[in-house]
Amino acid sequence: MEKEILRKELKVSAIENGTVIDHIPSGSVFQVIKILNLTEYQDQLLIATNLDSQKMGKKGIIKVSNKFFKSDEINKIALVAPTATLIIIRNFAVIEKKNVEVPDYAENIVRCFNPNCITNNEDVSTKFTVIDKKDLKLRCHYCEKITARKNIAFR
Amino acid sequence: MKNQSLISINDFTREEHIRILNLAGAFEKQPRQKILEDYVVATLFFEPSTRTRLSFESAATRLGARVIGFSDSSSSSVTKGESLRDTILTISNYCDIIVMRHPKEGSARFASEVASVPIINAGDGANQHPTQTLLDMYSIRKTQGSLDNLNVAFVGDLKYGRTVHSLVQALCNYNTTFHLVSPLELKLPSSIKMSIKERNLEYTQSTELQEVIPQVDILYMTRIQKERFADPLDYEKVKNTYVLRNSMLEGAKPNLKIMHPLPRVNEITTDVDSNPMAYYFTQALNGVFVRQALLATILGVVE
Repeated sequence: MEKEILRKELKVSAIENGTVIDHIPSGSVFQVIKILNLTEYQDQLLIATNLDSQKMGKKGIIKVSNKFFKSDEINKIALVAPTATLIIIRNFAVIEKKNVEVPDYAENIVRCFNPNCITNNEDVSTKFTVIDKKDLKLRCHYCEKITARKNIAFR
Repeated sequence: MKNQSLISINDFTREEHIRILNLAGAFEKQPRQKILEDYVVATLFFEPSTRTRLSFESAATRLGARVIGFSDSSSSSVTKGESLRDTILTISNYCDIIVMRHPKEGSARFASEVASVPIINAGDGANQHPTQTLLDMYSIRKTQGSLDNLNVAFVGDLKYGRTVHSLVQALCNYNTTFHLVSPLELKLPSSIKMSIKERNLEYTQSTELQEVIPQVDILYMTRIQKERFADPLDYEKVKNTYVLRNSMLEGAKPNLKIMHPLPRVNEITTDVDSNPMAYYFTQALNGVFVRQALLATILGVVE
């Protein structure tokens, strides 16, 4: 009986208002924090990783109080955590749930892995076409080289 | 195609490639036409490439255009720290079209986004050199009568040569059978081989040059550079394997033509030069006609 109660207990406390980013691959939690510039976040920020998940085995979760992300920020999350779900919370209630989707294009989010690309040598915004959403392969609009998941770095 | 920049071979459709090749044929018949007398062509060579620059300047001058520009970045404001963006924005004011060579990949695409005049990419790092690809296509079509259904061998450094990569991709539109001959260290990258596989085209891959010679219509030779090898011993092992000598051409098809983007070092011995199959110097001449066709088309003086 006691075990049953424990299991249902939330591993991470609820937030009153803000955004919950759930189903983050465990290995990507800290990358997501970095991409979203949350390392300097001044309000309450709850982070957990390696939680049991029926869907994914292990998962991470981030709860950000009083923060509602814009769509270009959501795009950035999708590039490292395509499985992530966003839950908008107001007054402890779920207002909206949405999946993040890998975008068709990524503008000024990802850095080109090719050191000889003009975007790494002049003040030029990067532009990529996502040519493989599953394995995550991005073709640079400028140098035409393909940046794959293992080489991905953010601006 | 008027006012359209040419940055990558894929910027133009197959039909547009054919239009350029047909027009190049007309310029070959009549290379001196003063149709660009009111135009200024800027050749901006941020790294030296004498052959390509002179070919463009010859093409422009034979059509009556004036040519301005620089032949390496030490004689431009780049040495003062000016950004590419500023250089292009400024020089756009002085000319009707810019031909540029730059060591950074993607530089030409970026320039085409800031310039107020069209850009022709004359090589951006290891990325693209579309006018070379078009002159190669022109040479193949001219010597074989058609681009379709040919057997083409690529020999030497297939890993780093952008000339090879672009031409392989372009020929994938013409039901080509590819024969890829290279040392194991310098095989065609899988991303380029993917283009061949996507079209279900036939290809062979080997390390032996002699055995492919009787099978092919075009033998495209490239230079193997010592600096591509991590171990100098590996270079010593292969350096003489990919040298074409006249005696090796005995069993070749009569229509075989030998091409090379030049400069040649020792990968084709000079005794091949007098063989009617040697085509590399004519190939360079064809580059002038193709560049005339591109300048005239992009500047809109011909349809």
